[in-house]
Amino acid sequence: MIRWILGRLLQAAATLVVVILLLFVLMRLAPGDPLSRLVGDRDLAPGELELLRARYGVDQPVLAQLRSFVAGAVRGDLGVSIEHHPDRVTSLLASRLPATLLLGGVVLLLNFTLGIWLGVGQAVRRGSRFDRWTGRLALTAYAMPGFWLGLVLVAFVSLRWQLLPAAQMTDPMLPPDADWGTRLVDLLRHLALPALTLSLTSIALTMRHQRAAMLAVFRLDYVTAARARGLPEQQVRWGHAWRNTLVPMLTLLGLWLPILVSGSVFVESVFNWPGLGSLAAQAIASRDYPVLLGTAMLVSGAVVLAGVLADLGYALVDPRVRPS
Amino acid sequence: MVLVLLAALAPFVLPDPAAIPDAVAGATPPSASHPMGTDQLNRDLLSRVVNGGRISLSVAALAVLLSLTLGTLVGLVAGYAGGWVDAILMRGVDAALAIPRLFVLLLLLVVWERIPLGALIVVLGTTGWFATSRLVRGEVLRLRHEPFVLASEALGAPGWRTMTRHLLPNAAGPLLVAATLGVGDVILLEAGLSFLGLGVQPPTPSWGGMVLEARPLIVTAPWVALFPGAAIVATVLAVNLLGDALQAALDPRSA
Amino acid sequence: MSELLEVQDLRIRFPAPGGGISVPVDGVSLRLARGETLALVGESGSGKSLTALALLRLVPPPGWIDPTSRIVLEGLNLLELQGEALRAVRGGRIGLVFQDAMTSLNPVISIGEQVRETVVAHRSLRGKEARERAVALLDEVGIPGARGRYRSFPHELSGGLRQRALIAIALAGEPDVLIADEPTTALDVTVQAQILELLDALRTSRGMAVLLISHDLGLVAGRADRVAVMYAGQIVEEASTSRLFRSPSHPYTRALFGSIPRLESAVDRLVPIPGAVPLPDAWPPACRFHPRCPEVLARCSVETPPVVPLAPGESSRCWLLVKGAR
Repeated sequence: MIRWILGRLLQAAATLVVVILLLFVLMRLAPGDPLSRLVGDRDLAPGELELLRARYGVDQPVLAQLRSFVAGAVRGDLGVSIEHHPDRVTSLLASRLPATLLLGGVVLLLNFTLGIWLGVGQAVRRGSRFDRWTGRLALTAYAMPGFWLGLVLVAFVSLRWQLLPAAQMTDPMLPPDADWGTRLVDLLRHLALPALTLSLTSIALTMRHQRAAMLAVFRLDYVTAARARGLPEQQVRWGHAWRNTLVPMLTLLGLWLPILVSGSVFVESVFNWPGLGSLAAQAIASRDYPVLLGTAMLVSGAVVLAGVLADLGYALVDPRVRPS
Repeated sequence: MVLVLLAALAPFVLPDPAAIPDAVAGATPPSASHPMGTDQLNRDLLSRVVNGGRISLSVAALAVLLSLTLGTLVGLVAGYAGGWVDAILMRGVDAALAIPRLFVLLLLLVVWERIPLGALIVVLGTTGWFATSRLVRGEVLRLRHEPFVLASEALGAPGWRTMTRHLLPNAAGPLLVAATLGVGDVILLEAGLSFLGLGVQPPTPSWGGMVLEARPLIVTAPWVALFPGAAIVATVLAVNLLGDALQAALDPRSA
Repeated sequence: MSELLEVQDLRIRFPAPGGGISVPVDGVSLRLARGETLALVGESGSGKSLTALALLRLVPPPGWIDPTSRIVLEGLNLLELQGEALRAVRGGRIGLVFQDAMTSLNPVISIGEQVRETVVAHRSLRGKEARERAVALLDEVGIPGARGRYRSFPHELSGGLRQRALIAIALAGEPDVLIADEPTTALDVTVQAQILELLDALRTSRGMAVLLISHDLGLVAGRADRVAVMYAGQIVEEASTSRLFRSPSHPYTRALFGSIPRLESAVDRLVPIPGAVPLPDAWPPACRFHPRCPEVLARCSVETPPVVPLAPGESSRCWLLVKGAR
C-alpha cells in the first residue's frame, strides 16, 4: 500500500516538473519580456529599466533563466514581486492563502452537500417537474459569469437593501476587543455573498454528475436485490445505490479545484475578498508577472495534489481498486 | 426547447447599425426609443449588446474551431501511434490540464500592450484543446483493433488515411457535443477576460467589457450592467441546452 | 401440509416497443405448500423470472401487474400491501435468491454486512447480536471460516461461495418461502450439486417452501416434489415430479425430454425442438406451442386449449387430452 502511494506521489512529482517547464515556456512565449509593459505604465528613467532587467534576470540567456527558474521553484523561492517590491512572492501567496482556503472550503462544502442532495433527488424523481426545473435553474445559474452575478448581488443586496456587507472579509470598524462571537458573525456576514456567488455558478456541475451516476446505478441488479431483501427505501437509495456513485463523484472533486480557483479570481476581486484570486487580479492590473507566475504554480501544484488525493480516495471507497 | 434557443441566438447573427456615442446625456433607463436604455456615454445599449454579441460569438466560435482541430489532431496521433509517442503526448496533456485555463490565459495575455482580436482568438484556441485530445484519443483506442480499422491497414492505407476516413467519423458525435459546450465555456472565459481588461479591447464592444465599464454605475444605473450580463446568460444557456439536446440525441439513456 | 402461497391468474403487462401492450406472463397459477419444493421449468423468455419478481411486487417499470391477478400468502393479499407491510414481506416472509450472484451483491459492501443489514431489517436485533446472527447464517450455508469471511467482498469470493452468501442473505429474514431463480446456472457442475443439496437441507431444517426456477429439467429430477412447466407466459403442464418424468402429458414437455442427453439409453441423436421461442409481443394465436408442436391438430391454431385437470394438483393445457378433440 505504501509503495503504491509513493508511486503515485512520484508520478505527481513528474507531472509537476512538466508543469514548471510548461509555465516557463508560457512565460517566454508572450511577445516582449514581462518588464517591457512597465515602461508604458510608469515613467522610468532610461537606466532604470536596465537595472530592473538585471535584477529580475530577464537579460540572461534563456537556458540560464530556465535553470534559475527551476532551481528557485524547487527550493520554494518564486522570486520577488514587482509591484510590492521587496516582498517575496512566496510570502505574498502565503498571506493570501488562508482567505481563499476559507472561501473555497465553504463553497466546496455548500456545493457538495447541496449538489449531492439535489442530484440524488433529481435521479429518484427522474422526469418529474422537480427534476426538470431544478436542472434548468442550475443550468441558468451556471451560465452566469461570476463577476456579473457578484456585481448584481452587491448592487441589490448590499447597496440598495443594506442586508449584507459589500466588500472585504471583516468590518474594519470592529472594536479590537470584540468577542469571538461577534467576530464570527461578522465573518459569516462577509462570507455570505461571495460564497453564494461561487456556489450558485458551479452547483450545476455537481448536480449533473450525481444525477447521471445515480441513474446509472439505479438500474443495476444489486439495487433490485437490496429492495428484494426488504431493506427500507432510504437505505437502498443511500446505503446501496449512492454508495456506488462515490467513485465518479470523487473524480468530480478533482475537476473542481481549477474551476473554483478560476472563479475566485473574479469573485474575490468583485467583493474585495483578500485572497489569492484578488491577488492575481491586482497582479494583472499592475502587470506583476512574478506574482502571477507564482500563483499559477501554486494552483497547479494544488491541482496535482488533489489528483493524488482523489486516487487515494478511490482506494478507500471502492474495495475493488485496492492493491491487495 | 429548440425554439427557445433559436430565438436566443438569432438576434446576434443579424447585422445592426453601429452606435453613436453622446457623452453629454449620460445613462438613461429603458424607454420606447431605447429598449435597453443607454450607457454612460448615452449610446443605445441594445445595439451595443447586439454588436457585442456578434463579436463574442465569433470569437468563441473561431476559438473552438481551432481547439477542435488541434485536439483532434493530437488525439488521433496519440491514440493511433501508441507507444512512447502516446505516453509523451499524454504526459504533456495531463500537465497542461493541471494548470487552470484561466491562468494560462492570464500569463499569456498580460504582457501585451494592446491585444489584437486575432491574437485573442489564437490564444483562446490553443489553450482549449487538451480535453478534446483526450476524448478523441479515447475513441481511437476503443476502435483501434476493430476489424474495419485492421482491414484498412491491411490494404496498405497510410496512417493518415486510416485515421481520417475510418477513426475520425466515429468520434464525430461526442466531439460535436464537446464543441458545442466548449463554445459556452469560451464565451464565459472571454467575458471574464474582458472584465479584467485582457480580452476584447475597447472601443470594440464586448459583453464583459461593458460590465466592467458599468461597474461604477451599478447602483444608479443598474441596467447598463444588467443587460450585457443577461445577454451572456441567455446565450450560454442556449448553447448549453443545444449541447444537451445533441447529447440526448446521441445517447438517449442520459436524459 | 398447509397451503402457504397461492397465485391465481397472474398477468404482467408491459408497453411494447412499437406501441401496444405485451403480456409476458399471461395467466399463471401456482400453489405452494409448506415443506414442499415446486420446480418452475421453462426456457429463457418463458417468463419465469418475471413471475418470481412479481411475487415480491418487484416488476421493473414500466411493467405492471394486472389487477385481476391474485397472490395470497397465508391469507395475506400481497397485491394490496403498501409501504412497511410490503417491506416486511420482502425478505421477511418470501426470500429471493437471484440468478447472478456477482451482479446481485453490492460490490462495495462486505458479504457479512449485507447479511447483517438484512437481519437488522427484519429481526429486532441490533449491534453485536445482529453480527453474530449474520456469522451464524454464513456458517449455515456452508461457507468455511464464516467469521473470517464476514469482511470479504464479493469479488474476493469464488462463484460457489458467492451463491452461498446470496442464499444466506435470502434466509436472513427467516422467510417461509424461498424462491431460487436459476441458482446454479453460473456455476460449475460439481458446485451445482452442492448448492442444490444445500437448498434441500435448508428446506427441511427450516420448514420452508421452495420455488425452484430452472431451465434444466434434469436438474429438478431428484429435487422437486412437483413441477410446473412454463411456455410463452403460461403454465402448460403441472404434475408431481415422478409422474412428469414417467409420462409427460404435454407435447412441449415431451419435446423437452427428447432434447436432454441421457446416460441410460443409447440415443443416436438429440431431437431439438424446431423453431424458436416466441417473443412476448408476438404470442402465437390459440395454443402458443402449436407452430412448433410435433403432434399439432387442426383446432390447435384456432381454439385456445383449456386447462385440463388430470389428477389432484395435475393439469395440462392441450387439446390432445380432451376426449373427442381429434
